[in-house]
Formats: sequence, C-alpha cells, structure tokens
Amino acid sequence: MSEAQEKQTTETSKKIPFVDYLILDDPPYLQAQECTSCDARYFDRRNACASCFEDQFRPVAIDREGIVTSFSIVQMGPIPYVSAVVDCGGTSVKCTIMNVEPSPEHVNLGMEVKLMTYSMGQDSEGTEAIAFGFEPI
Amino acid sequence: MGADTIWIIGSNMTRFGKHPDKDVVDLAAEASREALKDAGISLSEVGVLGVGNLMNAGAGIGQQLQKQIGQTGIPVFNVSNACATGATALRVAVMAVKAGETDVGMAVGVEKLAGAGLLGQRGPKPESETWQPSGRVGALSSTEGRIGTSIMPGVFAQVGMEYGHKYGGTSFELFAKISEKNHSHSTLNPLAAYQKRFTLEEIMNDVMIAYPNTRPMCSGNCDGAAAMIVVSDEKMKSMSLEVQKRAVKISASVLTSDPYVDGCQILPDVNTLTRNAAAQAYEQAGIGPEDLDLVELHDCFATAELVHYDNLMLCEEGGAVDFFESGAPWRDGAKPVNVSGGLQSKGHPIAATGIANIHEIVMHLRGEAGDRQIEGARVGLAHVIGLGSACGVHILEKVA
Repeated sequence: MSEAQEKQTTETSKKIPFVDYLILDDPPYLQAQECTSCDARYFDRRNACASCFEDQFRPVAIDREGIVTSFSIVQMGPIPYVSAVVDCGGTSVKCTIMNVEPSPEHVNLGMEVKLMTYSMGQDSEGTEAIAFGFEPI
Repeated sequence: MGADTIWIIGSNMTRFGKHPDKDVVDLAAEASREALKDAGISLSEVGVLGVGNLMNAGAGIGQQLQKQIGQTGIPVFNVSNACATGATALRVAVMAVKAGETDVGMAVGVEKLAGAGLLGQRGPKPESETWQPSGRVGALSSTEGRIGTSIMPGVFAQVGMEYGHKYGGTSFELFAKISEKNHSHSTLNPLAAYQKRFTLEEIMNDVMIAYPNTRPMCSGNCDGAAAMIVVSDEKMKSMSLEVQKRAVKISASVLTSDPYVDGCQILPDVNTLTRNAAAQAYEQAGIGPEDLDLVELHDCFATAELVHYDNLMLCEEGGAVDFFESGAPWRDGAKPVNVSGGLQSKGHPIAATGIANIHEIVMHLRGEAGDRQIEGARVGLAHVIGLGSACGVHILEKVA
C-alpha cells in the first residue's frame, strides 16, 4: 500500500482510493504531480519530467469539472462503457463516463461533465475501495 | 565509406491471411527467399539482417530464420517496435548500408496473429482477499473499463473523435466511408486477407467494436511476412541492367518516437510524431506531399486514417474531412491512399506491415502492381505507426 493510500485509510476509516491520484477528501478530487520547472502534469509515479527532464514535482488539485474532448463507446465486453478524455481546466484526464446511457445519442463531444466517486465494494478486512468517474452535469 | 543513396532491389510479401500450415519461420523464409530471388542475389552477399517480430520478441527469430535459409555469420538485429517493427527492421538495414558497414542489407518482418483476438487487452489480475495497490498509479485492480480504455480499437476511436472535436465535420458515417474505400480497393489485391467489398450500410450495421469503429473498420489480425533487399549506389551500379531497371530509390527513411506534448500520457499522441516524421522525410527527399502519386498509410482503424491525411500533410491542417470528401484518396482520385486495401482489408500481421506497405509502393513504382496499378506512379510514401509510440515514414522514387 502506498503512503498516500495508507494515510487515507486511517483518516477515512477503511476507505481507500482505486488509484493514488484520487484524493478522498470532501469533496474528493484528482491530484496531479506538476513539474516545478515546466508545469507539465502527470498522474503516475515519476522518475523525472518527460518534457524538461527535471525531477521536482508539486501536488496540484485538478478541476472537478470539465468537457469531453474525445470518447469511444467500448462494446467488446458484456457491458458497454464510455471511455473519454476530459479537459479539466487545461489538464487532460482519462476516465470512464458514468451515469449515462452508452450510446452515441447520449454522449457528445464538448459535453460538460463532473467528477463523481462510487464504491467498488469491500475486501475481506472490510476496507472499502472508492473509484472515480465523470458524469454529465 | 558510407553510401548516400540506398536502393531497393528485391521485395516480396506473402499472401496475408490464415496460414495454419506454416509457422513464423516458414513465413519469414518464404518472403526472404522470394525477395533474394527478386533481387537476383545470393544470401552470401547479404551483410546485415534486420528481423522484426513482435509476438516472439525474445525468441531470436532472425537466427531461427538463418538456421532454415542460411547461416552466414552476419550480424542479426532482432527488433520489436510495436506496429512500426517492420519499418524499424528496414531502418536497421538502411542505416548499416548508409554507414558503409556493408553493401547489401536484408530486412524481414513476420507475424502470426490469426485468431489472436483484440490486442492491448490485459486479463484481470488474480483476485486477492484484500485490496493491493500496484503499478505506477497504485491501482487496486485493472484500470481497463474503470478508467477508460487502453484497448486499441477504443484508443484509436478516441484519436479520430479528438480530431472531430478539434476541427469538426466528423461523423460515424464519415469514418465508415473511409472503410468503404479501403475495402473497395482490396478487391484488386490478390494478397489481401479480405477482398470483400462492403456497402456503407453493411459497414455501419456490422458489429460495433468501439464506437465509431465497427468490425470492418478495424484492421484484421492475420499471418504474413514481407522482406526487402537494400543496396548501396555502388552495388546497384554493379548489377545487371535488368536489376537496375527495376530498382527503386529510397529517397527518405525516417523513424521517430512521440515527443512530449500536453496530454500525451493520457491519450497517446499519434499525430506529432507522424507529422515530425513526414516533415523530416519530405526534407530528406527534397519533395513535398504534392509530388506523391500514392500513399500507403497506417489505417489500423478507419478513425486513424483520417488524422494521418492531416499528419502526412496531404491536406491543409484541419482539412482531413474535406480532403476525404473531395474523393482524393480513392484510387481514381488526386491522391490515392491505401490502394492495397489498407490494414482494414489487406490485414495487419503487425511486424510484417511496416515492410509490406513499402512493398506496395515498390510494386506500383515498378509498374508491377497488376490490376490495381496506379498508372505512371513515380513517387510514393509509406507510413506506419506503432502505439507507444514509433513512426516510420519512407519515401520511394522510380528513377531509372
């Protein structure tokens, strides 16, 4: 368990985020690592900045609302879902669009969406995992 | 002493499709031996071998091939570079000849994929009793479906949709029409895995894989190999007139990777590296997109073909939809694109693709493309992109 998740587990009584960059605050938000030298933003564990090669980063909170700049309705499994890229105030976020019918009539480029979270269930120790998605505003 | 000009004197591709009776080495051997025969040279003259294969990247397919067709002790470079693997193998041969290390290089790309299903899909992790974060984002389980998709049809669907968001004018029907064009072209290519013409309605009503790409709008997994013999100018001039007459000049050979741009680690940016490769290739060749008689570009999905019209500068920036709707990329249009049928119908045996698309150009420039010959073709461009990403662009010219 990562340090961030461990901290959140104790603070939120056995709730952990699906990924490190989902911060289970009130309200929850996504947190990027921003390069202190060139402002490039990342969501994964970094060795250095892919843009300027420096290695110092600061955590930044990402806007909780954005617009869909690209999407696909993936229909290869039993349950179709909407994969999308959302522009949250200039930062691109990859996500699944929730609470929308997965059909071209209901999903549009430029659609306004907001961050949401949902439970993925509990493990054998009673720890609840919380995932994120975006939903239409 | 390096060589300034590199020539293709031998080229071959196997039929793409299902080859249940042949293994990877059989297919590679067939293409290699035919390419040598086409060049009229012996394997003993080849000084470097570049071999691309993705699915058995650690297996030393190059040496396995040598064990079957001839062990001459020359350096072998086994390469793996996603869908640009074939172009990378050719780059190795070209670079070696260019550097003066040898006068003759051979490049081979081979893949067996028939029945492989969708690529890029990762199975679920074994169920654990407790949540266990893993990987670079500390995910508790597979992110596939939970955080969008990383499966190819979905990723490339989003590449096309992103273009639509930026410039407008795209629709499900438009993307389907691109596929209609390529399937129509494929009816003239006897080496294509699928030679069936589809109506627009058939394409749009087929099984949806990842909107807006239905099944015929996706490249077909199949088996196949392609091989090419490249030589220095000096070597070419020492060969028979018959070989010289059929030789095709490599006016540009470029390989790029994806440079950092905002958001490129969210949705792979297949545009910038293609545009960079095209710009470098046009400069190397000293020609522009207006000079091209035909183009084979990487239509792994119908949505991808659209963006590469723009990336390869076949149209004004943002003008890909108008370019397509003008009829230009049809085989009787102003700028024929994927007259082979493209990956959607010719098939996409991954590591073979980056050599096979160059082979297609070679056939047209030699005037040997049969029923699908683009009359009088003298200049062509071949493009591949492998997600991750790697992009190969080659410009070929008929000089003799």
